[in-house]
Order: sequence, then C-alpha cells, then structure tokens
Amino acid sequence: MPEIHNYTLNFGPQHPAAHGVLRLMLEMDGEVIQRADPHIGLLHRATEKLAESKPYNQSIGYMDRLDYVSMMCNEHSYCLAMEKLLGIEVPERAQYIRVMFDEITRLLNHLLWIGAHGLDVGAMTIFLYAFREREDLMDLYEAVSGARLHATYYRPGGVNRDLPDAMPQFLPSKWRSQKEVDRLNETRSGSMLDFIEDFTKRFPGYVDEYETLLTDNRIWKQRLVDIGIVTPERALQLGFTGPMLRGSGIEWDLRKKQPYEVYDKLDFDIPVGTNGDSYDRYLVRMEEMRQSNRIIKQCVDWLRANPGPVMADDLKVAPPKREAMKADMESLIHHFKLFTEGFCLPEGEAYSAVEHPKGEFGIYLVSDGANKPYRLKIRAPGFAHLSALDEMSRGHMLADVVAIIGTQDIVFGEIDR
Amino acid sequence: MTARIEQLSAALSQCLSGKIRSQQEDVGELTIEVAAADLHDVCLQLRDHESLAFDQLIDLCGVDYSAYGEVEWETDTATFDGFSRGVEPATNGRLKFGDDIPEHNTDRPRYGVVYHLLSVKLNHRLRLRVYTEDDAMPMVDSVMDVWRVADWFEREAFDLFGIHFEGHPDLRRILTDYGFVGHPFRKDFPLSGNVEMRYDLEQKRVIYQPVSIEPRVLVPRVIRHDNRYLNPEEDEA
Repeated sequence: MPEIHNYTLNFGPQHPAAHGVLRLMLEMDGEVIQRADPHIGLLHRATEKLAESKPYNQSIGYMDRLDYVSMMCNEHSYCLAMEKLLGIEVPERAQYIRVMFDEITRLLNHLLWIGAHGLDVGAMTIFLYAFREREDLMDLYEAVSGARLHATYYRPGGVNRDLPDAMPQFLPSKWRSQKEVDRLNETRSGSMLDFIEDFTKRFPGYVDEYETLLTDNRIWKQRLVDIGIVTPERALQLGFTGPMLRGSGIEWDLRKKQPYEVYDKLDFDIPVGTNGDSYDRYLVRMEEMRQSNRIIKQCVDWLRANPGPVMADDLKVAPPKREAMKADMESLIHHFKLFTEGFCLPEGEAYSAVEHPKGEFGIYLVSDGANKPYRLKIRAPGFAHLSALDEMSRGHMLADVVAIIGTQDIVFGEIDR
Repeated sequence: MTARIEQLSAALSQCLSGKIRSQQEDVGELTIEVAAADLHDVCLQLRDHESLAFDQLIDLCGVDYSAYGEVEWETDTATFDGFSRGVEPATNGRLKFGDDIPEHNTDRPRYGVVYHLLSVKLNHRLRLRVYTEDDAMPMVDSVMDVWRVADWFEREAFDLFGIHFEGHPDLRRILTDYGFVGHPFRKDFPLSGNVEMRYDLEQKRVIYQPVSIEPRVLVPRVIRHDNRYLNPEEDEA
C-alpha cells in the first residue's frame, strides 16, 4: 500500500472567492485543511510611506483607497487623528453629517459583504438584491462629493461642504423611457435628506427580504453553522475587533464604549452573538444594518432641524470662502499656503480609532512638527482577522475556507495597504 | 476619560515600578517606554495583572526615527537671508539610487517598536514603546506568546523596517514581493524604490533594472512653530 502524503493546494491569487488578491497555500489531507498559509501583499501600495511624502491634507484621498468598500470611515479615522493633534473642535452639524455618512458607509460595506458572502457560498440572488440598495447609497456619495466611491469628503475640522439641497435626477435616454425615469425620480424630487429619509423607511423591508432568503435557508445554515468557531478568549488573543469580536459574544463597540463624535447622543443597540461561528457573525451583521438604519434616521431628523457651519472656523486648516479670497488679502494668503504647503501639526503622536464596519480601524500618527506626517501607521482590522485564518480553518473542509474568508469580510485594500 | 487615565497610571507605577523608563500623557493618551530587555516581562504583567488587564494587542508597528525633525526648506532664518528655493539639501525625500545615505544626528536610537494595547475588560488604552539597542542589528523580543495577533504585525515590522523579533517562529517577509531586497519603510529607502521591472523582448523574460524615475519633492517638508501650540511656560524659562 503506497504511503499517502499531504499535498499543497495553491488557492488564488486570482480566484473569485479569494476576495481580491489572496494567495492561500493550503496543506491538505484529503479534503481537510491541515495548515493555511495566506500570502498577502499583492496589493501593497505603501500608502504609509506615500503619506510621509505629502502634506497632511493631500493624503485624505489615499484613505478612501484602503478599505475601498468603506471609504468614508477610513477618512474619518485619519481626520480624527489630525484633529486630536491640532486640538480643533468640529462643529456639531459636521459631526452629525460624519456619523450619518459613517453609517451609510456601514450599510454599503455590509451590503457588499452579504452579496459577496452569499455568492461564495452559492446564493446568487442576494448579490443582485444587495447591489440594488448600494446603488441608492452610492448616489448619496455622489450627491455630496461628486464621486460614487472615493469620496474624499471629510476634512480635518469638518466636512468639505454642506449637504446639497437637491438630489441629482435621472434624465430620459435611449435606454430609459420618460415613464421609467419618472418612477426613478419620484423619491429624488425633494432634498437629499428627503431621499435619505425615504431610504430609511424602505430599508428595513429590504433587510427582511435578505433574511427571508438566507436566515432559515437550509443550505445557508449547513454552510455557516459551526464553521470557524472562535471562543471569546481566542478572539481577544487573535486581535479580533468589530463584528468578528461581537460574533464571539464579547460586547465591545467603540461607538458605545469609547464614543467619538455624537454617538453618545444617539440611540442604538449592539448585537452580540453567542456561539462565535460564521452564522452568528452573519446574524450580528444583519442586525447592525438595522441599527445603522436607526442611527441614520436620527441623524436626518437632527440635521433637518439644525442648520449651521460644517467646517471649523480656523483658517490654518479650513480653506477660506471663495468670495473672501476675491477681496481679502489675508484670505488669499491662507488659501495659497494651505494648498501649496498644507498645515503643520504640533509635535507629538496620536492614535485615533473608529468603529469601522470591519472592526477597529486606527490611525497612529507621529508628527515632528512638519507639514507632512513623520510616520503614519494604519491599523487595519482585516489584517488581524486574516492572520487568524490558519487557526479558524484548521480541520475544516476546503469549501469551508471560502465560507470563512467570506465571514471575515476580507478586503485587500486595507490588509495590504 | 481623565479619571480613567489617572487610575491606569497609578496602577502602572504600582505594578511596573522601576521598569518604566518614561511615562507621559498627551492628547488624552498615555505612553510608556521600557527597556528592550524588560519588554517581555512587562507585556506579561500588562496582560495578566488584574488592574491592567490588557487583553488585546491592537497594533504593533516599527518606527525609524533617523530623520526626525529633518526639514527640506529652512524657514527660521529666512528673515535674514531670504527664502531659499527649497530644492537644495539632499534629504531622504531626494535620495537617488546609489546615493550615500544622509547621516542622522539624533540622540535617540534609530529604531523603535510601538505597541498599542487595549483592555476590553477595563476599557482603557496604552501605548508602549521600546527602542532597539543596536542600530545595525535592531532586535527586540517577540510578544507572540503573550498576544497571538503579534505574529503578522511582527512579520510586517521585520519586512518594512528590518527589526528582528527574537523568538518569533516564522519571521518571513509579508507585504513585499518574493525575493525583495531591503526594508522599504526605513527613511533611507527611496520612495520610488531601487529597482523597476519590465519584460525584456530580447531576453524574453522579466528583468529588474535600476529605477529610471528621478526623485523629486513637490512640496518641501517644512517645520513651522505655530505660536498657538507653543507651551507658554517653556517660553518664559
């Protein structure tokens, strides 16, 4: 009888279930994983080094490109770090706008996650459903910043501009009749806040639709229940944060425990899992979508009632008004200095973390007093999660690795940086 | 938040007395520095002592302090000499392939490793810094057996800064390419890298060659002392 050896399977880097460019070296015994060795870095762009060579305000756009499905949350962390060192206060309206867009971003992220996770495990329909809603949310990004994905909307001291009064509308074309355009524009006839409010009314129904498709689906449960179980102790050891940590039953959410911006004034709940398996993490994220929807609704109500500035009144970091530049020499100088040289941060170091859709996203900023960061370290939640892939997948079958990658919500922009 | 920091700093001085080289609080964050030799013991204490209980290592990163405070455009003396064009000194930003590495003259060691710790149990954070003793062969103890997550973080710091972690079982490169030479986040590594690769028609294979990009600095690095952030007590002294 011949001796049977383990064999090594090369999974990725170009595999649709690898969520980008993950190269996995799997040591297999038959169909059972003995060891998983992820090779990462295929999307490494040295964002941290690039940021060292640019003035602070020119790196905001790079932050979008880290976790490219939760753009504004990345910017948020970076802006918070700068604000911490500068010691500037953000106007309350800007804080509400940021929180609202953080939650819109959370929906965007979780919708992509549920679509991709479903697709990996074999549920095709959910992907189309999720992308239908993402379209509305990306229209919001576009309305506020001009870009559907990489918004570059947050600024140290606030946000780039106030919410627009009108939503962009569809125009009839060769492939869209007037009748269809009218139907599409129906919810877009009012202001942006009207559109968001309408969305928050529709959205819980959509989540119900997803749940009907998945939650009690026999195949879905067979693929997720008891897959990749992580105990609370191990979850802490492995550096899990966000839904991965909450799925294991630890009640930890920065929005509640170390609140930033206006999260302490808003009413929402934190879902927590019990078993620490992939199915619990699925349930946690589904409930998070409902809670985000609640937060968005509260922000809309507040923003309607409270107009005001959206940028700190500090000419060293905030560009002057266009009109002021035409008449006022001082403003012109400030504008020129801000866009050629940027601004200097006082010497020191700061770490600021936000509850990113994937976990704790942190920026560690070291400043030596210059107009460029001395060192910028990006703490990406996915990096810690992926490093636990080996432990989570050991003893599971090959097909379960795909489910585990899905449940970890891997995006390579942030892992490889 | 401040009460929490006071509590933590009292607990720190009680549990780790004698091992803390310096301790400071800035922008609401507590930073301690310990000697590289004490690192492993300190980490175990930080994790296991019940009034510290740092059950999570949030982040670990290397820092290269060799160019700290370096400027590409001198503005302090400009009132007397006029402004320079800001293109002159060959600083790290303008390093070319094969250039001599600029000398660094700071009194602190070149490499540091910074740990960000979080206690989920007690809800506080701490920043821990160690400096490596030898600049030529930077080395600190691995904390992988204290927090398992340190595995990849240490591999990353090794890859990008060349800091060795003693006791790490599998210290391989992680983010850079297979067969990469050098440690790219060191301040003396040019931003454009040292080599570029292309497909060579004659040799019919991918070849590496020295980079053809000229290094340039679009915005010079400048330090300005904004009087709003100066410490008034310091000025009086």
